[in-house]
Amino acid sequence: MKGLKALAAIVFLSFTAAVPATAQTPLAEGIQIGLSTDAVSITAGFSGADLTIFGSLENPDPLVARQGRYDVIVVLEGPPKPVVVRRKDRVLGVWVNLDSETFENVPVSYSVATTRPLQDITEPNSYKQLSLGASNLYMQPADAGDSPATIEEFTAALRERKAAAGLYSENVGGVQFLSQNLFRATVRLAPNVPVGTHKARAFLFKSGLFIKESSAQLEIRKSGFEQSIFRVAHDYSFLYGVFAISLAMVTGWLGRLVFRKD
Amino acid sequence: MGIYLPIAEISVNVFVLLAMGAAVGFLSGMFGVGGGFLITPLLIFYNIPPAIAVATGANQVIASSVSGVLSHMKRGTLDFKLGSVLLAGGVIGSTGGIYVFALLRRVGQLDLFISLLYVILLGTVGGLMLVESINALRATRSGAAPVLKKSGQHNWIHRLPLKMRFRASKLFVSVIPVLGLGAGIGFLSSIMGVGGGFIMVPALIYLLKVPTNVVIGTSLFQIIFTSAYTTLVHATTNQTVDVMLAFLLMAGGVAGAQYGAKAGQRLRGEQLRALLALLVLAVAIRLAIDLFVTPPNLYSLSGVGLY
Repeated sequence: MKGLKALAAIVFLSFTAAVPATAQTPLAEGIQIGLSTDAVSITAGFSGADLTIFGSLENPDPLVARQGRYDVIVVLEGPPKPVVVRRKDRVLGVWVNLDSETFENVPVSYSVATTRPLQDITEPNSYKQLSLGASNLYMQPADAGDSPATIEEFTAALRERKAAAGLYSENVGGVQFLSQNLFRATVRLAPNVPVGTHKARAFLFKSGLFIKESSAQLEIRKSGFEQSIFRVAHDYSFLYGVFAISLAMVTGWLGRLVFRKD
Repeated sequence: MGIYLPIAEISVNVFVLLAMGAAVGFLSGMFGVGGGFLITPLLIFYNIPPAIAVATGANQVIASSVSGVLSHMKRGTLDFKLGSVLLAGGVIGSTGGIYVFALLRRVGQLDLFISLLYVILLGTVGGLMLVESINALRATRSGAAPVLKKSGQHNWIHRLPLKMRFRASKLFVSVIPVLGLGAGIGFLSSIMGVGGGFIMVPALIYLLKVPTNVVIGTSLFQIIFTSAYTTLVHATTNQTVDVMLAFLLMAGGVAGAQYGAKAGQRLRGEQLRALLALLVLAVAIRLAIDLFVTPPNLYSLSGVGLY
């Protein structure tokens, strides 16, 4: 903690030193985030974890900071993928997938950490403009010709399913200021977090106004024996199939040797 | 003890899978069936995605069929020629089945189709077997001698052209129904993840009049290759074969089969068939209930090109 204070002091000093040069127009506030690593490996038994992201405000107004009017929202966004949402309906008493809607570029996962509840930070409209927050995320339908009501219904279902799977999450209070300009954000990685290039984005708000955004990339990979099997199954699928068959034949033959009764 | 399945991408309990394999192995040893028709629905009940349950079921069937065939080969109760013709049909049917499988998966109807096929086939086979075995039980109780169908009887199948002689089965029959039967089983094998023994055995006995003693060996022989082919094609086109899952099921199954075979020797044929019929019907009813009961979530997500 002592070290952090020292760091904050240095940043503050450099800030005050910079003031005289632009006395009339104070330097614009900015935000930076840093990841201690650009790749995270998770093993087969991964049961979810918290990822901590550190960041700092650049040129914060000390008065605003003291009053707690700076808000930060940090998002860890999974790789975008097309998704099909299907709805079951009854046909002759049987539940059948009938209607469907395809969405382009839906982030596979989306976890948010905020300083305060989302509705306290800024207006619903600015969230919409920024496409920020799981409930404001813009989902692009593949077929824009569908009726808005249908698209809305399937978008809501998509968000609800993602949240139920733990892939879309919100951590209110997950961003904490450690000093006037240093903050720490805790975002959740779901147990079923998808592999690929994730994007960490930080949004800075001042008294409800969006100021700046900054982002960093994070690669999530799976490692371990199970992942090797997965890779082989996809990259060398023919050999994998031959292996699966041989394994079954040998097991059957061994089973006969070990347990023969005639 | 939890284990992570690399292809199904979920964590499951090792002992549940071993027990599942052992239980199905026990039943398959007892009744002389491959057990695929039980394994795949059980995996689906255990939340394994149906596409993976089917492909892995086909893989698992190979192991139980290999150990069965080895003992039939020793006893000489295997008609290689008949098996090979069935197999040729099986490869054609299986190829078509995989294509339909991939198509259904793309349009989101795979799970429904698998469940429907299971309900219809298991319901029909189970129902017929139950009626037949209850009649047989009644007949033995009333002391009447069971009426056996003679293998010399002819039906429309024996009037078809392109006849071929199968010596080990003492059969002279057209290849068309044999190929057709093989193709049908191959199709089911790739869509349902079953070996198809529960259809093949009665079809060989009642339709083609193959002597009962060579039926099981020959059916198992062709099932090895049909399921091997199905496994290979699923592995290459859909990447849905989970070796870890298959191995756990096989390990349990191989061990369970011997105890099943022992237990089966103590029961009489009709009783055994009645029990198997009840089991098959129970699985069919359980799957049917799922089709009609309102699902907890009406919406489902799937990736494009993923399950």
